[in-house]
Amino acid sequence: MRKMFSAVAILVMASLALAACGTAVPAPSVDTVTVKETVVVEVTSSAPVVVAPTGYGVTLKTVMERGNLVCGVNSQVPGFGYVGADGSFAGIDVDYCRALAAAIFGDATKVEFRPVTAAERFTALQSGEIDILSRNTTWSLVRDTELGGNFVHTTFYDGQGMMVPKDSGIKTLQDLAGGTICVQTGTTTELNLADVMASLGVAYTPAVFEDADSTFAAYSEGRCDAVTTDKSGLVSRRSVLTDPSAHEILDVTMSKEPLGPMVRHGDDQWFDIAQWTVFTMFSGEEFGITSANVDDIRANATAPEVRRMLGVEGDLGLKLGLTNDWAYNIIKLVGNYEEIYNRNLGPDTPTYIPRGYNSLYTDGGLLYSPPFR
Amino acid sequence: MQRELKQTATIPFWRDERVLKILGQIIFALLVLFVGALIYQNMRTGLAKQGISLSYSFLGNISGFDLAETSIPYDRNSAYWQAFLAGLLNTLKVGVVGIIFATILGAILGIARLSTNFIINRLATFYLELFRNLSLLVFLIFWYLGVFLKLPRVKDAILWPGDIILTNRGVGIPWGIPTASFPTFRLILLLGLILAVIVFLAFRAYSQRTGRAPLTLLWSFLAFVLVALVGWFILPVKPLTLDLAFVKGLNLAGGKILTPEFMALTSGLVLYTAAFIGEVVRAGIQSVSKGQVEASRALGLNGFQTLRLIVFPQALRVIIPPLTSQYLNLVKNSSLAIAVGYPDVFYVSNTIQNQTGRAVEMISLVMLTYLLISLLTSVLMNWYNQRIKLVER
Amino acid sequence: MASVEPVLPPMSERSNILRWARKNLFGSWYDAILTILGAWIAYWALSGLLTWVFTVAEWKVIVVNMRLLMIGQYPLEQAWRLWVWLALLVFLSGNSLAIWGRGSRYAIALLLLPVVLAFVFPFGDEPRKWLVILTVTGLAGWGIGRTSPEVLKRSVIAGWVISLPIIILLTRGLSESETGFLPDVRTNLWGGLLLTFLLTVVGIMFSFPIGVLLALGRRSELPIIRWFSVGYIELVRGVPLISILFMMSLMLPLFLPDGWTVDRVIRAMVAITLFSAAYLAENVRGGLQAIPKGQYEAAEALGLSGAQTMIFIILPQALRLIIPILVGQFIAVFKDTSLVAIVGLLDLLGMGKTVLAQPEFLGLQREVYVFISLIFWVLSYGMSYLSQQLEARLGVGIR
Repeated sequence: MRKMFSAVAILVMASLALAACGTAVPAPSVDTVTVKETVVVEVTSSAPVVVAPTGYGVTLKTVMERGNLVCGVNSQVPGFGYVGADGSFAGIDVDYCRALAAAIFGDATKVEFRPVTAAERFTALQSGEIDILSRNTTWSLVRDTELGGNFVHTTFYDGQGMMVPKDSGIKTLQDLAGGTICVQTGTTTELNLADVMASLGVAYTPAVFEDADSTFAAYSEGRCDAVTTDKSGLVSRRSVLTDPSAHEILDVTMSKEPLGPMVRHGDDQWFDIAQWTVFTMFSGEEFGITSANVDDIRANATAPEVRRMLGVEGDLGLKLGLTNDWAYNIIKLVGNYEEIYNRNLGPDTPTYIPRGYNSLYTDGGLLYSPPFR
Repeated sequence: MQRELKQTATIPFWRDERVLKILGQIIFALLVLFVGALIYQNMRTGLAKQGISLSYSFLGNISGFDLAETSIPYDRNSAYWQAFLAGLLNTLKVGVVGIIFATILGAILGIARLSTNFIINRLATFYLELFRNLSLLVFLIFWYLGVFLKLPRVKDAILWPGDIILTNRGVGIPWGIPTASFPTFRLILLLGLILAVIVFLAFRAYSQRTGRAPLTLLWSFLAFVLVALVGWFILPVKPLTLDLAFVKGLNLAGGKILTPEFMALTSGLVLYTAAFIGEVVRAGIQSVSKGQVEASRALGLNGFQTLRLIVFPQALRVIIPPLTSQYLNLVKNSSLAIAVGYPDVFYVSNTIQNQTGRAVEMISLVMLTYLLISLLTSVLMNWYNQRIKLVER
Repeated sequence: MASVEPVLPPMSERSNILRWARKNLFGSWYDAILTILGAWIAYWALSGLLTWVFTVAEWKVIVVNMRLLMIGQYPLEQAWRLWVWLALLVFLSGNSLAIWGRGSRYAIALLLLPVVLAFVFPFGDEPRKWLVILTVTGLAGWGIGRTSPEVLKRSVIAGWVISLPIIILLTRGLSESETGFLPDVRTNLWGGLLLTFLLTVVGIMFSFPIGVLLALGRRSELPIIRWFSVGYIELVRGVPLISILFMMSLMLPLFLPDGWTVDRVIRAMVAITLFSAAYLAENVRGGLQAIPKGQYEAAEALGLSGAQTMIFIILPQALRLIIPILVGQFIAVFKDTSLVAIVGLLDLLGMGKTVLAQPEFLGLQREVYVFISLIFWVLSYGMSYLSQQLEARLGVGIR
């Protein structure tokens, strides 16, 4: 027995030597920071640290060298970002990441999804842990400036709404006086709610939760009189409540919520790539190019803009620092905006949301791509 | 003398143990300082890049969010520091209520664990094994989402005897409302407190003089209750009126409404911590050797006297240190409130940090707060421990 | 409680049960009331639970998502690597059971458990195959251990020691390219019970040496070292783990030089390690304090240096004394790893939350959380039970 414990003790001392290596610390002393670094080095066999790219062109270079794109996403919002039973990520924000990977690598699978919480998402982007943040994030001035990011063109126009049970008789926000409202923390939603209710002079009690799942679980159990979040969230969540028809989304919009991807300050090339990936998705729908007919159209198209976009004519892709078939790859491998939308939020999904503002400008929506030239 | 000098001279300073010790320590201290400075410098530059400088002045700004429950007046126009304070008070509320109930339940469990009654003994053992091996966070989430939110809605509220209403909007209990004569009553209570202290001191003096062991605490308590009762009945207007909770529309009103978040967090912590306290109590009682009990019976003390004068004081000595750490665990674990949506100090800090991006300030502030609470509890319990410690001659 | 039992006549065989009941259930009137009350509570809880488990609960959410809850998004075609190291662990366990748990009736039952699991629960073909392999390797290990327990002792300990690097290596992979031998599986794909397990094991392994050093530092006569150790231990023990996890996930990026980041799984591992090291240090200190002064003096008389005394005389005894406490601390680390779900890691609990966001399974909180609780409970109870058995057998902690 004693031998065994001697062995253990020697092991301990060996780790001691390991922990202290590289420093001139006498034996019975501890320097946690040194130990920290040792742990890091030992656990990851390769590349434990990465350098956050800043400056023009650095992000693309890093991504290319790494061989995949790291995309910060949500893992808890049906239709936008969640993990399916087969273990793969799905959702409209997730498909955007795939489109970006397709544009860069010509391979939509070369993307690593990093679920980030609402609290840590900006730090993760800042520190270079993720290359792009595509996690139903609202575009706002503070986030565009103080939090050190740039918002790419909005991929989903939303507004904050309020959902109540139909039999509650609540029709306006004023009817909620004295009631309890479920809301998720760390979001603009929480602040909007306080703002709107204060300006209306309506007293209410918030019930604040840390994640979307708890928020809606609490609402569906009747913990609150109402629940508030982006209308898209309300619609997709309502569709999966026990009895969707028993709930009603009030006809008020409490705020504008333009949701889109976000990149770091300081790399305009990366911003352009992210931006034009969105526009390719829009234009694909506008020109009627789908993943099914893109090969055909590339071979036979006569319209100059379509030819430029698909890389038959000119060198638009090279100007972005990509290959000329970047837009072709996006549409071929992931699809145009309509395809992506219908796959995640279309009528055939449990999370159906009518297109509304998220239609092409030709259909009265807000999706409008600058020209490819 | 000369030989000694010579010897010192022959040992070079890098092999002199005393010098080495001091040198090693200095190197170590420098290293710690260096790493600390490095971290601080990195942090400064990192924050400067984001255009933020380390400062707590933002705590004076308007918070802009509402809190679910507060013990102090608070709304969206209040400052961040007020939100923080409200959170702190909520933490203390959970801590104090939790500690009281966990102690009671834990003591019952510890005694039940030693019971000769087969069923009671087995039930207590089962309870202890069940809770000691659960992951507290998973249990709290389950307890909140799976139990408290699954209580019936307000319109089908469960009514318990004692006018307790159970719904998934909260638990309503009767509560006293102060009336006009309440300030007078408060004075009477103070008077009772003073009397109780006098009784306590008098009995202690008597006990020290004669060597007898009167029930000091019981009599002090009775003195207090007596004064309170007299005060209650001589006042023309009763100082408190009983306010019952009732269902009002879709919500509860009247009485005291305990939110499901508070209930789930507190009762979850109580159930979990009580299992550990139960083990502490059992070990404490078992640590008193059988010979002590036998000796006290031989001296003619009855069962109650044996328990009060022999077993309990000795067991307490073993119980207090681990009990302290269980109390501290309960307070620290209350930070898991974030999982059930109860606005404790950690959760509120997290919200503030989310809305302002002030991670360094808020995390350091919240850590400091917990350190202070821990320190305060430790000091209190250590003081008590000193008092009951075995006086060795 | 303290009443003296009257001397009973020897029991006659016929009235055994009645007598037992009278003694243990209906000793006095309040005993009887307690018994009836206790029985009612037990019946009420048990019947409610069983009704729910077999009639109300919808276990489909668990069955469909079993893989996610177990290994997260770890690529299925690489999952064999996890099974391989699991088989290694089972082999070592079988070996250890044969060597130290001689004659234990539960050993075989424990080793047969995977097969039982495989056929009682609706697993796929692949997991079933591997579960059978697990039992086979376990039994093989047991058999080998039986033949020459004394000889194998050392190699088994060595096996346990090297199993951690092997686990990490197999899980993480070797080659950067996707086609090479043991391709890289990045930490963001680690999830479910796998992640919980790795967090626990790494946390324990690395906090142990740090904890021992801190304990020695706290008892050191060098003031700076002592103050540092005391400061560190008290600081960490004074704050909740969740705040350390938040610090690691939100503040660490700021502490590092511009543009450097550390993997988030590793950040969590570091947080757990630093946290549990402080608690371990206090446990080890308790063990050190229990070593009588004579041991130091005897070692000095033998001419051992300070370090030699510590390594060969004091620490082995102190650590042996506190094995039960250490096991308790390890269980606590295991249970605490679930907190990483709050900082967004997809461990067993985090994966459970994600599963609950799947459109077809919304609202099944009870099922998912009961399942997760059950896993935590079974594993921690198993650990503590095994350690109790081991203690009893080795006479550890009593001497």
